[in-house]
Amino acid sequence: MRSELNDTQNEPGGTIVSNLGADGMSPRSGWGKRFVKLSRSPVGLTGAIVVAVVLFVALFGSYLTPHDPGLTDLYNRLVPPSWVDGGQPQHLLGTDQLGRDILSRIIMGTQVSVAVGISAVLVAGVVGVTFGLITGYFGGILDTLLSRFLDSFMAIPGILLTMTVLGVLGPGVITLVFVLGFTRWVGYARVVRGEVLSLKSREYVEAAKALGQSNFWILARHVLPNVMASIIVLATLNVATTIIAESSLSFLGLGVQPPTITWGQMLNDGRDYITTAWWLATFPGVAITISVLGVLFLGDWLRDVLDPRLRK
Amino acid sequence: MKRYIARRLLQIIPVIIGVSIIVFVLLRLTGDPVILMLPEDATPQEIESLTTALGLDKPLHVQYWVFFKNALKGDFGRSFRFKAPALQIVLERMPHTLQLAGAAMLVALVIAIPLGIISAVKQNSAIDLTASTVSVLGRAMPNFWLGLMLIIVFAVVLRWLPVSGKGTLSHLILPAATLGTGMAATITRLIRSSMLEVIRQDFITTARSKGLSESVVIYKHALRNALIPVVTIVGIQTATLMGGAVVTEQVFAWGGIGQLAVLALNMRDMALVQAIVMVMALIIIFANLFVDIVYCIIDPRISFE
Repeated sequence: MRSELNDTQNEPGGTIVSNLGADGMSPRSGWGKRFVKLSRSPVGLTGAIVVAVVLFVALFGSYLTPHDPGLTDLYNRLVPPSWVDGGQPQHLLGTDQLGRDILSRIIMGTQVSVAVGISAVLVAGVVGVTFGLITGYFGGILDTLLSRFLDSFMAIPGILLTMTVLGVLGPGVITLVFVLGFTRWVGYARVVRGEVLSLKSREYVEAAKALGQSNFWILARHVLPNVMASIIVLATLNVATTIIAESSLSFLGLGVQPPTITWGQMLNDGRDYITTAWWLATFPGVAITISVLGVLFLGDWLRDVLDPRLRK
Repeated sequence: MKRYIARRLLQIIPVIIGVSIIVFVLLRLTGDPVILMLPEDATPQEIESLTTALGLDKPLHVQYWVFFKNALKGDFGRSFRFKAPALQIVLERMPHTLQLAGAAMLVALVIAIPLGIISAVKQNSAIDLTASTVSVLGRAMPNFWLGLMLIIVFAVVLRWLPVSGKGTLSHLILPAATLGTGMAATITRLIRSSMLEVIRQDFITTARSKGLSESVVIYKHALRNALIPVVTIVGIQTATLMGGAVVTEQVFAWGGIGQLAVLALNMRDMALVQAIVMVMALIIIFANLFVDIVYCIIDPRISFE
């Protein structure tokens, strides 16, 4: 919790800032130091461990499930968690309306959340960073047009925009990744554009220009590395919001469709049995919250270490 | 002042045109909006007559112009599900969504303002620590899941409140709490940092050095300045609020625009979807306009030029 508390207190001149290069960020100088720092930051370490566990479960989930997650067992429908009266020891978190093991389904659901979360962020990052670099560096009419477009884009709630595109194109994992990516790139474009605006008047960029280097080379060699820290932080925190968005869409029945298992779908099923079987609607949500919490902790820690300026 | 408002009004025109272009493009992503607008069992004759009626056999810019002219008149086409003009159905449901959004904003501010101020004034105290913990949890928890948990606790176990539906005040409490507490997490953090910034300014040091009591310094000098950004926060949060309403309405079967959007998308009632996206965007655009104007009135440091 320390990073949360110290966010404004530690600003210029804090211990974190002094470890960075003269320009406030020279990311190559101290990955080793940062790793040591991670082990000393309880928040960062917790985040890293949770994220590592979630990634492990996502990768090897199919070997970890105690039961076949798709196997229905109508004699054992709506069995409560094992520690509750009527619970069975072989179903730790109980079973759903078709007798499927909830723990196994949560384990399998991790795959979709992680895959969609990371891929959508990659799509959003590539689109947003490209737009941000181009408009920030070249300015002019393109920049004006993009700013107006962003204003319009921001006027439509993200979830409604995503829902509509999914409704038009039809649901599916690949569609979902691209839709979430293409509706979430605005943040990157804004941040990168802002940073590029200030970077492009720096001496080393001017010097590169004077040497006759091409615009593409300047952007790739001199500008992009300097905005990378902000992009990494933004991307990490974005994985968290994307996981929540994916689960919301699946909850609404517009995201990933059965038989692929997702946490959002499980919660949607749970809503129908909420008055009789509370465990259906409870545990998938716990899984989402823990995963997102891990990513947020890691992201907040990265922000403190990589880019103190983003902390406000 | 009048000039500022006039200029600000002019500024929203390109934004509205932009939104209309986005909506127009969205429905043409598959290439043929007619298929989307008609029920799946539509006959070839129905498809052909709607294609001609919407002018889809004409070039794209002509199509957009027709769409834009109709939208200006409030004509987004007819909803085949409700057999009525799409806009009319959306406007009928709108008061429910506004009621939920308003109540949620109230819940959020009632929690966030005192909590944000106390956290800043008593920095690193137990209250501050608790507030940050809860705030991080609020960011990590999907809002609709919080809603489900509140239903389990207050409607199923304690039986104090109804599970879902609308009508009475008791129906409003759970959805408003769900949507409001989620937002309170964000707003508390913003108010805390705004207050911290004000406390460190020179006039606060001056007030303290004059020998004023701490409570006068905090509540009379700092608070009034720290609350100004709250107005902006309310504006920025409108989009989040409307987006959150879509999901929350679904959890509680609230019957506003949000639930209508999910229904319309599942029914592929695209005329209705168009109208919903446009109306939501207009609510957000005008809420932000209103907030900008209020901001200028309450903060004399802003110049209108």
